[in-house]
Amino acid sequence: MSRPPAGRLPAGGRRIAAWLALAALVLAPAYLGDYPLSVLDNIMTSAIIAIGLVLLTGIIGMVSLGQAAFAGLGAYASGYAALNWGLNPWLTLPIALLAAAVPAALIGALTLRMSGQFLVLATLAWGISFFYLAGALPMFGGQNGLSGIPSLGVGGMVLGTDRGMYLVILAGLAIVAWMSLNLLESNFGRIIRTIRYGAAIGESAGANIFLLRLTVFIIAATFAGFAGWLYTFTLQFLDPGAFSLDNGIQYLFMAVIGGVSSIWGGVIGAAAYSLADRFLSGYLQQFFGQSFNVSSIFFGVVMLVLMQTARGGLWPFVSVFLVPARQNFTPLAPVERPNVPPAGAVLRVANVVKKFQGLVAVNDLSFEVEAGEILALIGPNGAGKSTIFNLIAGLLKTSSGKIEFLGQDITGWRSRKIARLGLGRTFQHVRLVPTMTVLENVAVGGYARHRAPLWKTLMRLNRDGERRALGQAAYQLERVGLLHRQGERAANLSLGEQRILEIARALNGNPLLLLLDEPAAGLRFNEKQQLAALLIALRQEGMTVLLVEHDMAFIRQVADRVVVVQYGEKLAQGSIAEIQRNQAVREAYLGVD
Amino acid sequence: MNFLIFGFLIQNALTTGAIYVLISLTLFSVATVTRIIYVPIGEIMVFAPFGLSMLMNGQVPGTVWLLVLLGGIAFLQDVWQMIRARSRHGWRKAVLLYLAMPALVAGFSLASTGANVPFVIKLVAGCAAPVALNPVLFRVAFQPIASATRLVLLIAAIALHFALAGAGLYMFGPDGLRTPGLTGVAFRIGLIPINDQFLLILGACVALIAGMYLFFEYTLYGKALRATAIHRRGARLVGIDPDSASQVIFTIAGVVAVISGLLIGPLTTLFYDSGFLLGLKGFAGAILGELADYPMAALAALALAGLESFSAFYASEYKDVIVFALLIPILLYRSWRQPAQLEEEHFE
Repeated sequence: MSRPPAGRLPAGGRRIAAWLALAALVLAPAYLGDYPLSVLDNIMTSAIIAIGLVLLTGIIGMVSLGQAAFAGLGAYASGYAALNWGLNPWLTLPIALLAAAVPAALIGALTLRMSGQFLVLATLAWGISFFYLAGALPMFGGQNGLSGIPSLGVGGMVLGTDRGMYLVILAGLAIVAWMSLNLLESNFGRIIRTIRYGAAIGESAGANIFLLRLTVFIIAATFAGFAGWLYTFTLQFLDPGAFSLDNGIQYLFMAVIGGVSSIWGGVIGAAAYSLADRFLSGYLQQFFGQSFNVSSIFFGVVMLVLMQTARGGLWPFVSVFLVPARQNFTPLAPVERPNVPPAGAVLRVANVVKKFQGLVAVNDLSFEVEAGEILALIGPNGAGKSTIFNLIAGLLKTSSGKIEFLGQDITGWRSRKIARLGLGRTFQHVRLVPTMTVLENVAVGGYARHRAPLWKTLMRLNRDGERRALGQAAYQLERVGLLHRQGERAANLSLGEQRILEIARALNGNPLLLLLDEPAAGLRFNEKQQLAALLIALRQEGMTVLLVEHDMAFIRQVADRVVVVQYGEKLAQGSIAEIQRNQAVREAYLGVD
Repeated sequence: MNFLIFGFLIQNALTTGAIYVLISLTLFSVATVTRIIYVPIGEIMVFAPFGLSMLMNGQVPGTVWLLVLLGGIAFLQDVWQMIRARSRHGWRKAVLLYLAMPALVAGFSLASTGANVPFVIKLVAGCAAPVALNPVLFRVAFQPIASATRLVLLIAAIALHFALAGAGLYMFGPDGLRTPGLTGVAFRIGLIPINDQFLLILGACVALIAGMYLFFEYTLYGKALRATAIHRRGARLVGIDPDSASQVIFTIAGVVAVISGLLIGPLTTLFYDSGFLLGLKGFAGAILGELADYPMAALAALALAGLESFSAFYASEYKDVIVFALLIPILLYRSWRQPAQLEEEHFE
């Protein structure tokens, strides 16, 4: 074991510090007065909402200004049920969660197709609508709100407001943080962390990115609804002012100030924001008078400064004192699908045409990839090679013609369905999650195989599956010779290693055909040699490979056959030697002499 | 409903609709050049009538000092950048735009507080600070992150809205303001009384739209802005400074916002935070503007105002709910028309 760097807490010390902090929090009612407890209540309730925003903003790159409205839905639904139906306050919890989750599912289904900024505007519209609606509906008491909401009780004992609710809120925050951590350290967590870096990564691992985004949106809204429930029974009074758009913006500010890269950023942000807000509006307000909203100006300016200087928020400054816990995984061979090539052609492209409006990018192209061969697709720039790739992978739709994969007609299939059938791919510009480890990046490729029910992931009941997922990822790393770097961040790898890492990720999907998009581009000589050796080794194991490449020396080394494309049409095909003798190919590349 | 009320509601819809059209057109132009959704345009809108009313009462509006303060910050930012680049490039702009111009505006405003200063002078002085704020705000808040993702720019815009709304409360207080009509003429067409402000707004709306159209279509600078909108780096390569181009479009946005603010002042009671809602309703049109061609978006903004006007009559408490809830289907339609988004959305 190497010693941790000076000034950092080792894992053991970290655990002790965490337990001490938890003990101090649990025992707080014994030594704190009512006011500090109510401040803590408020911070922890906000932190629950901010954690949801960390999942949304930091993990999948979505911004929502409507979280206060989801909290409001949970709050009003539970308050209304307790007041008017006389329901036991504990029984209103599922109502609060559903009151937030169901509208979130509807709104999400309607709006999550949108790109970032339009989504923000949609959540803004939604957030402001709720505020006006709650203020106008007579059943919610209009602007006067709902009062006289009963208290939570435990075995005949009435909990009351701030002091009594403290432990309930603390437990609630602990559960939400625990579930969120479980979520992130899982197959689900790894796949959603790819979303920010392009939906194509997840889709080519067989994941439905829209559904995943919707799931995270619902989870964040449910957290907010839970916070709303806690709020209702802490204050025992509701008014629309607590769930306005301004509040929604403040929750976002909390998450960003704390740092959206970690769950703890949400907690730190909620604490920093609430304390600063109290200080500013409590003390400074006295100097400047009531008509000076100091905190609005202060937090606006702080956010502008953060956007310019430290978009990671406070958390990166705190986390440097912590040593990341790392575990090395031993390779575990996958058993789910034997990697045996079927007889005959693996891929059959028949008379495929692709038109972009007037431009014919691919014209009546036909070729086949035989099992166990490495076929190279070459051609001058603009010949339509990438278009063909995207047609095969399902990112583009053919105008006419047919593509068959493993004997099935896959024309018009979505890319995730093709991926699950057994197509693995890499990208021309490397697409990895730079902040995840090498091992985790490879594990993304096995997503479809290791999916578990969401509740099991949230409750940490997926540990066996997790060990299998990471063990199998380690197996693929060993296969490509990168096992010794498994704990490294992907960003620290050289370009050559990153390319090989992408191949390992594709292999982890147990593909029967690998699509490699210019794998040798930008690599140094040695790296190309390593890549060539890897591809040859994969072929010996029975893998079929289709690659687009410009580097002729590399192609001579690895390819069994070559298909030459020009202006979207097939110019020639055959062995390297045949292609080199072909007059038409020589003219296309060198011009007519 | 009788014919009189109908006429009144239509007239109301057309006046507010014209303002929405102006705001959405402006937001659309700012977003295409800078990728920024200029949320604080609402604050700029209300700064003008509030500032003018303070000048009428012989006070110097706080916007003037805000301009001087932000100008100083912008100047220091430029100086710091020059030190780091070891170059004096751009010092003239820094001195003129961030020091001299705010000083000039402040001097002018101070000089026009007197009781016997003509109204037109006060009007110009009241508008000067809110207009001049815009290029300075761009320098202070957006220029350092101009190449960041749209999402980061939007969060910065929301943060700026927050700060300016707080400043607005400090400068103008929580009380509402209703400015007198600019001409005071009223007449009837048939039975329906026609408000002078109605004609003024329609006229200004048409004039401003025509002016912007001519600017973008026929002037070299307008073409340069469009070039920046299409490709920032490409524009830089042919000698257009994208930061200055952004400041020009911010200034244009400021002019339109200030005129809209003055026009809407006599129609409704304004509060320091009224601008945000007005600006938001302009967004609906701006979003449609990116969807279809511009005349369609203008029609949509008018339709939105019509809906608002009639729902205010039938179900006044639900007026804003209806308007904002309508934004969601509009956004949805927009996202369906757009091809599947496989782009990356970085936050950091």
